[in-house]
Amino acid sequence: MSNATALRPHAESGTFGNAEPLLTVSNLSLGVRRGSNETKIVDDVSFDVNAKNRFGIVGESGSGKSMTLRAIAGLLPRGVEILSGQIAYRGRDLAAFSASERRALMGPEIAMIFQEPMTALNPVKRVGDQIAEGPRRHLEMSRKEARELAVDMMAKTGIPDPARRVRAYPHELSGGLRQRVMIAMALSCRPKLLLCDEPTTALDVTVQHQVLRQLEDLCDDFGAALVFVTHDLAVVNQTCSDLAVMYAGRLVESGPVKDIFRDPRHPYTRGLLDSAPDFDRPNRELLAIPGFPVNLADRPVGCSFAPRCSFAQKSCLTRSPSLEVVAPGRTAACFRTEELFQEGSE
Amino acid sequence: MLHRLTFIPSRLLQAVPVVFGVTLIVFFMAHLLPGDPAQAILGDKATPDAVSALRTQMGLDKPIWAQYFLFLAHLAQGDLGMSFTYQRPVTEIVLQAIPVTMSLVVFALTLTLVISIPLAAIAATAPDKPRDFAVRTFTLIGQGMPQFWVGIMLILLLAVRARIFPVGGFGETILDHVYYLFLPALTLAISLSPTAIRSLRTSTISVLGSDYVSTARSKGASGVPLFRQHVLRNAAIPTVSVIGVHLGYLVGGSIVIEKVFAIPGLGSLMLDAIYARDFPTIQAVTLFVGIFVTFVGILTDVIYTLMDPRVNLAAKGRA
Amino acid sequence: MSTPTGILAEYRAQRAVSKPASRTIKPWYQNMPLVAGAIVVGVLVLIAVLAPVIAPYDPIAQNLQETLQSPSSEHWLGTDKFGRDVFSRLIWGARVDLRVGFIAVIIPFTFGTIIGGLAGYFGGWFDIIVMRIVDVFFAFPFFVMIIALVFIFGAGESSIYLAIAIVSWVAYAKIVRGEVIVAKEQDYVVGAQLGGMSHMRILFRHIGPNVLSQAIIYAMSDIVMDIMAIVALGYLGLGIAPPVAEWGSMILEGQEFITTHWMQATVPGLIVVVTSLGVSWLGDGLSDLLNPDRRK
Repeated sequence: MSNATALRPHAESGTFGNAEPLLTVSNLSLGVRRGSNETKIVDDVSFDVNAKNRFGIVGESGSGKSMTLRAIAGLLPRGVEILSGQIAYRGRDLAAFSASERRALMGPEIAMIFQEPMTALNPVKRVGDQIAEGPRRHLEMSRKEARELAVDMMAKTGIPDPARRVRAYPHELSGGLRQRVMIAMALSCRPKLLLCDEPTTALDVTVQHQVLRQLEDLCDDFGAALVFVTHDLAVVNQTCSDLAVMYAGRLVESGPVKDIFRDPRHPYTRGLLDSAPDFDRPNRELLAIPGFPVNLADRPVGCSFAPRCSFAQKSCLTRSPSLEVVAPGRTAACFRTEELFQEGSE
Repeated sequence: MLHRLTFIPSRLLQAVPVVFGVTLIVFFMAHLLPGDPAQAILGDKATPDAVSALRTQMGLDKPIWAQYFLFLAHLAQGDLGMSFTYQRPVTEIVLQAIPVTMSLVVFALTLTLVISIPLAAIAATAPDKPRDFAVRTFTLIGQGMPQFWVGIMLILLLAVRARIFPVGGFGETILDHVYYLFLPALTLAISLSPTAIRSLRTSTISVLGSDYVSTARSKGASGVPLFRQHVLRNAAIPTVSVIGVHLGYLVGGSIVIEKVFAIPGLGSLMLDAIYARDFPTIQAVTLFVGIFVTFVGILTDVIYTLMDPRVNLAAKGRA
Repeated sequence: MSTPTGILAEYRAQRAVSKPASRTIKPWYQNMPLVAGAIVVGVLVLIAVLAPVIAPYDPIAQNLQETLQSPSSEHWLGTDKFGRDVFSRLIWGARVDLRVGFIAVIIPFTFGTIIGGLAGYFGGWFDIIVMRIVDVFFAFPFFVMIIALVFIFGAGESSIYLAIAIVSWVAYAKIVRGEVIVAKEQDYVVGAQLGGMSHMRILFRHIGPNVLSQAIIYAMSDIVMDIMAIVALGYLGLGIAPPVAEWGSMILEGQEFITTHWMQATVPGLIVVVTSLGVSWLGDGLSDLLNPDRRK
């Protein structure tokens, strides 16, 4: 394994190596270009996702995690563009796809679930029709077949009385049911890769848990790989096998979820873990990370996290650390990772 | 679905005071005329007998509120007086002209949509790009053109020069009517579409940026199907009320346009009545237009409700 | 409180990046619509004021030897059926149409603003009655009502002012009422009330200036509407009585000769378009200037 591939966070497929990754993101930079001015929202991000695996991306608001996901789905907002790097699906650069090839991919190969099911569903269309839309377009189903599939998918996602609810409008359903509709819609064409942008953030904690379980089960049943973007570490711990942590548009740490949770190698990851409520240790003191996320337009010269990092030293303010392998299958971008996080230290 | 339309009766009830207000204003129009209302209505050439007959009919010797009730009582029987140019009941004449003007208005509305939807889509899909700028310039200039002048220019270009359409008139058969009404309807559409385009453009831009359009794109939708299935209806909802508000403007505009194209509708009726000082006809047309606009408001609410499943005016009224 | 998450926050961050100066007020000379509108309207007003000096001919002097001439070096836009110089009539027409357009908004502006302000501030039965009246007036299309009223009051400039005043005040009342209802909940007004200031003082000193800008912005589009109405009345022969030069009646006279002298109906219309374009720009510019934060 060359150093370059070792550096990329990798959702391992259990068996080692051989399988070609489903999704390859290489040195991806996204941003806004205004004349000769570039503001990078995502900076030099690389990772792989293998078939049937679950890859989590964690970060605060504005860390670039959702933008990365949108870039994969080809849904960047107006003005934001890919500045450099590439996204490859099954080894083929997405930029090389024609517009119609790209559209043919969306649904049967790649599908997406959005954060806010209220706004992500068309308010004036019946949910059944919205679920049926993809199958009708891609699988060339008749209206009746697609309607039956919609009912079936709604039943699979645990929506009670789907034959009636298929005719409901989004506002007539609860938040949890709406998100189940989103899941049914995303999986209706049996995609190989499911992109989830904070799919449970808008839901109550109890509903969140149920919806998440359902999502995992369905992904297993359908054999879909998952890229799961969230700010909630507890959700990643439950759902994902591998994890990348983003801060201010850059990857700061990556590796298997279990390893990172047990032994974070970046001060930011440590901060996140300390600030997240831990259901196993409810009495533990919560530590918030002081300060605010960096302004992307005015990025400091050194490590972006340095202004908020309690371990920052002089060199952190002048140079930007690159992502280095810190253990087998693990990377981190911190000058002090070795001295701060010795093997086994807690 | 239909239970959301139960607001209609209460909405009709709310319109009652407005309709009364409209009748009140139309009633007072006669009293705003200089001099004795009966004399002013009948004109200088009327015989004293005719004037005194009308005085009794209008109850001018009675107190003003009694006169108003008399007016309402006549109105309830569909009696708005006699037109002295035509020597026929005004109601009859107005009822004859209504279908003409209504077809013109509906035709104009259709053409407005035909013009506005594509132009708004063209502008909204590339905000601040040249084609958006072109559409916005059109709306700005369109708003500044006097309607009747647009009509004259269309006559000049498409009737006098190109000889595609007739200069004016209404024709005999239904097919004739469509042919004759095309230019006047286009004239009205050109002056109404700037408003419609502005509204549609703004709402389309916001719908295109919405999450559900991203969702639709993530299902592989694009181009016309995306626009038809996910953008248009949502973007059109706010425009429905904008057009509803401006429909009165359309009716008002049709008055001048009917004169430009010599169409025998309410507008020509009203203007001829003004030139002939035929007051009962003026009163009747004004009354009809006022009531019509009031009901267009209700119709707008109905369409709005049918288009947006989230709207429930019935529930709001009960609160 | 949940913090804004995901795409929204990122998008905001990006917007903050791309529009750093969106909150600062541009100096007036960078306000393109304002500058363009001011220039167009300024030039037109200047033409109107200087009409006696710049118009080459008397606008109403007939010359029956030189009727319906084509444009020439003598008569730049030709002559009409009475041999009057069209170019001179166009210039003198600016006097009439601009004057009537601008004067006509004064009464409805004042009356509507006061009524709307009182209704919004005091609410209660006064507000209810005013709003019912406003509803009734809104039932009549602008132009239908204007024509009917001009008929009742008789032709002439003062009837036009009166008709427009009766019809247009309701729009100001509605706008100002809405603004006052919002404004009176603002902290500075509540503060002034607690400070024991009189109602009238609060209304005029504190609410007035903030609310007035909306009425002024609306007045610009109202001026355009009024000019349209005057021109249309002129076209229908119900406006300013001939032989006074007025753009609408010039279009009417020109229409007669549309097959042979197309310019006679076209040019006055173009001037109207330019005028309303200028006033609209002025309105857009003013709305930028007066409420920079409220842009759509």
